[in-house]
Amino acid sequence: MEHHHDDHEHHGHHHDNRYSDMQARVRALETVLSEKGLIDPAAIDAIVETYETKIGPRNGARVVAKAWSDPEFRAWLAADATAAIASLGFTGRQGEHMRAVFNTPETHNLVVCTLCSCYPWAVLGLPPVWYKAPAYRSRAVIDPRGVLAEFGLVLAEEKKIRIWDSTAELRYLVIPERPAGTEGMDEETLSTLVSRDAMIGTALAGAAT
Amino acid sequence: MNGPHDLGGQMGFGPVAPEPNEPYFHAEWEKRALGLTLSCGAFGAWNIDESRHARENIPPATYLSASYYEIWIRALETLLERHGFASRTEVDGGHRAFEPAVPKRVLTADLVAGVLARGGPCDRPLESTPLFKPGDRVRTINFNPETHTRLPRYARAKTGTIEAVQGSFVFPDANAHGHGENPQWVYTVVFNGEEIWGQGADPTLTVSIDAWESYLERL
Repeated sequence: MEHHHDDHEHHGHHHDNRYSDMQARVRALETVLSEKGLIDPAAIDAIVETYETKIGPRNGARVVAKAWSDPEFRAWLAADATAAIASLGFTGRQGEHMRAVFNTPETHNLVVCTLCSCYPWAVLGLPPVWYKAPAYRSRAVIDPRGVLAEFGLVLAEEKKIRIWDSTAELRYLVIPERPAGTEGMDEETLSTLVSRDAMIGTALAGAAT
Repeated sequence: MNGPHDLGGQMGFGPVAPEPNEPYFHAEWEKRALGLTLSCGAFGAWNIDESRHARENIPPATYLSASYYEIWIRALETLLERHGFASRTEVDGGHRAFEPAVPKRVLTADLVAGVLARGGPCDRPLESTPLFKPGDRVRTINFNPETHTRLPRYARAKTGTIEAVQGSFVFPDANAHGHGENPQWVYTVVFNGEEIWGQGADPTLTVSIDAWESYLERL
């Protein structure tokens, strides 16, 4: 259901045609707000640069790698994820109230926001399009195995699945199970095994290769 | 409100379409949309609950066919108009036509790092003690307010178990409408898949929501 602005023109949705060309609409909005002295275009550049280069899923992967390597950190993460994650320098917008949820041999965790697009920006950066789109938001809570299969993840039939619907201001980070064969790896190497999707729950941590 | 945003359990949207190596932005305007939304949020004229409610009020056919950044921009224009900063007519014309309301703050480039690092914590201290404790059985209320709520339709009038007391937080149902923060205790409530979806539910499934205390009744 996600489209780029170009698609709208071709599909002819019954949209207010103000929004048929998003590039032009947003440029006009930025111009008007700049003329009024309400925004600073350089601030927009700084925001974009932050989320393109500083805040992304590598942050979360460092949290996971440390949780795998350091039992004390893991316990801290379970007891007070916001503080434990802040100790690595990851704080702020959409990470103010963090919770870590741990995959086990018995239970797989999957995070969704059925009502909007709540997502732990401080550790995962900006959410991917699919996370914000109706297909995922509607189905994760009722047909998680179907959804996971579309990511190529097929869980054992007896595995329990726990869905965390982010309906309040708590933001969830899935700590995947540590892959077998990774004993002795340092945190830096371990973090390369942790994908964004593994921290949402739509993938497992990568196998050691 | 029972708006188009309340998607849990709806059908017909087709498969999820993950995009390998997805870029952070799919067009230049998406970058500006992100920055404009955050910059205007910094005015201090509305809160996150009011902005979520503005998004929910986009007509269903439009909401469901719009990209998320388009949803943000449509809602942002509503908020800018409502609070006297800019009108859609001005944006149509591409230039300012009236003197805007005065924001509490203009987000300049030098403030960005600090503002993003602070975020917007919405936990608030409460004198009262929580009504529920982990292990308590509760039922969610049944209601259909036309106003903002964070109790999804699929989880109304359902029986579940308190798993955790998460702290006390701003109550969005009031805060979205200018009725104050009215903090309440928030709980993680777990439901069996069968309680929510009935016949044919995945027997291995449990679903949790985070629920404000007034969403819950003791069993």
